[in-house]
Amino acid sequence: MNRTARCAASALLALGPVAFAAAATLKATLLVPDPDARMDRSRLERHYLGHPGGPAGDGLQVALEEGQFELQAVDAAVELETKTADSAAAARSAAQAAEKAGAAVLVTDLPADWTLAAADAVKVPVLNVGEAADRLREQDCRSQLFHILPSERMRADALAQTLVSRKWTKVLLLVGPSPQDQLRAAAAQASLKRYGLQVVASKSFKLSGDPRERDLANPLLLTAGSTYDAVWVVDSDGEFARGLPYRTVLPRPVVGDAGLVALAWHAQFERYGAPQVSRRFAKAVGRPMTANDWAAWMAGKALVAVATAAPKGPAAAWAKALGATPLDGSKGTSLSFRPWDGQLRQTLLLTDGQGVISQAPVEGLLHPSNVLDTLGADAPEKKCKTMP
Amino acid sequence: MSTTRKRPASRAVRLAAAMLGGLCLAGAALGQGTAYVSSEKDPAITLIDLGTLTVKGTIATCKRGRHIQLTAQGQIMLACTESNAADVIDPATGKSVRRIPLGDEPEAFDLSPDGRTIYVSNEDEGAVSFIDSANGKVLKTIKVGQEPEGVKVSADGGTLYVTSEVASLVHVIDVASAKVVKNVKVGKRPRRMAFTPDGKELWVSNELDASVSIIDTATRAVTGTLKFQVKGARSEDITPVGIQMSRDGKRAFVALGRANHVAFVDVPQRKVTDLVLVGKRAWNVTLDKAEARLYVVNGLSDDVTVVDVAAAKPIKSIPVGRVPYGLVVVE
Repeated sequence: MNRTARCAASALLALGPVAFAAAATLKATLLVPDPDARMDRSRLERHYLGHPGGPAGDGLQVALEEGQFELQAVDAAVELETKTADSAAAARSAAQAAEKAGAAVLVTDLPADWTLAAADAVKVPVLNVGEAADRLREQDCRSQLFHILPSERMRADALAQTLVSRKWTKVLLLVGPSPQDQLRAAAAQASLKRYGLQVVASKSFKLSGDPRERDLANPLLLTAGSTYDAVWVVDSDGEFARGLPYRTVLPRPVVGDAGLVALAWHAQFERYGAPQVSRRFAKAVGRPMTANDWAAWMAGKALVAVATAAPKGPAAAWAKALGATPLDGSKGTSLSFRPWDGQLRQTLLLTDGQGVISQAPVEGLLHPSNVLDTLGADAPEKKCKTMP
Repeated sequence: MSTTRKRPASRAVRLAAAMLGGLCLAGAALGQGTAYVSSEKDPAITLIDLGTLTVKGTIATCKRGRHIQLTAQGQIMLACTESNAADVIDPATGKSVRRIPLGDEPEAFDLSPDGRTIYVSNEDEGAVSFIDSANGKVLKTIKVGQEPEGVKVSADGGTLYVTSEVASLVHVIDVASAKVVKNVKVGKRPRRMAFTPDGKELWVSNELDASVSIIDTATRAVTGTLKFQVKGARSEDITPVGIQMSRDGKRAFVALGRANHVAFVDVPQRKVTDLVLVGKRAWNVTLDKAEARLYVVNGLSDDVTVVDVAAAKPIKSIPVGRVPYGLVVVE
């Protein structure tokens, strides 16, 4: 089925049960890219950890359906519409059109530049559920732009903390060829430094069968020549990383984009009511709940929370409530947006893809105000200039 | 006696630890009887001897045992989420006497005063079911907010209260018409409930709000909120779940989850009087008949901490099954 049609269909479904007897309806618009290479069947089938498992609308839909009782109890309602964009300019006009049509909140699952284009076109709050780029939380932050998906730095910090807790201090870094890999490698380096780990070597890899560049492509050659406790692979594409564990010269664990991966969610998380959430999602959508699905689901939860906090609106009250209402993400602790960069502070899960091995922040780590702020850019760093 | 906190790595060690505990306590037996502890990850109930405070055995039961409660006939009823059933155990023989189907994924339940109806939360369905306890027939199913958990019926059997963890509501259900008559907004992730003995107040633990909401059962409105504070713990690490009141209604005992403490509360004053350190993720609490000891089930340290109520001090922690959930006392 055409994805646009499917999103529209689910948006209609949302309308059904909530449209009656409401004092004020919180209208939200989800902006997604179309075409979207992440949704190609060949990519979805790979199930790479940290990649989306399907459209963002799925998670939002599940959350809105779950929220019906809560909404009805205070005579509130949430209505979701999905719009697509094929460029930053299209994202800008779609955002403007949505705001004009009465959307009080935008939810975006767009690339970084498109997200900024959409955020700059409107005054209403924007919830980013699909882009992890640090610059959206740092130099390119916006005062009404919120991030539910953890940033690259949060994920890197979670891994670095885990390595520290295991006393695996010497790290071999393998970095892929894409510009995104370079950015994410810089985030990894910053986390390794933050937690006092040692990078014994940093090497570039390339997916290739060409014998003339085998030193770039062969895991054995890439992992020879130094001693290390772990191999940290940065591979936004996923194919090289998937083939790396058990193919290193030394018998050492792989972390990063394969082996042990830090994520916002994994369907096998067993605690804090998480299995019920994953089961509800799988039942409704017919696939396992990924980290991106969790972020979309949380956006739906946030919409329900602000509609419930201010059942009569107006939009200004919803916008205010968004930054102030603590959220329940079924990760055992109350989650909230950081005032300094709009990022949702949250527990991260360390998974090998089969189960959840551990959580971050790691136990025993201390922080002056909230231990969740050991993950990602902290207030004193003042990376975002537009926030108070 | 000193506080012992054991986390044995194996059953052999656990058994040895239990035996050692028994030796230490021999001759110092206070109570008599047995505590029955349900466990989410072992299809067995662990039996604790209340005299020696040692594990004296296990009873095989259904899968993923959760809420456990005594019936009016003195039998032990346990809801098993994975078996979709309740197991009923006769404490005299230590054997299962029957299984009652409880619908999909039952978590917690309460029994009507005449014992004929089981009110059960079906957590995956977002529903509460009325079950005929004689034959397991589903009499009514009522849609409620997602992840319903705590279930309590009023003493007259007329009103049922159910918490929804996701909706942060207490649903007030009229039993006769099987309809939700009021949704009371409480703190984030409400879990368990306890009535004051006069039935005028319902206390509700809020796991993600470090608090208890107090509902006036006549007006069905929240009339007070009791916030918990533990020195050295941040508010987000105080996650109250289990709650029980003393028979005279003067004291309440609230397990504070990840804060690893139990709070003793002066009910009329709505004030915390004592905090007692127990095991990891203190989950549910049960008083013995004399209200001299409080048994605290620790979900993440796989043990039960026995607390001396008068002294507000832990006496001992006893290793039990994996991920223990609830406990009943038969004396």
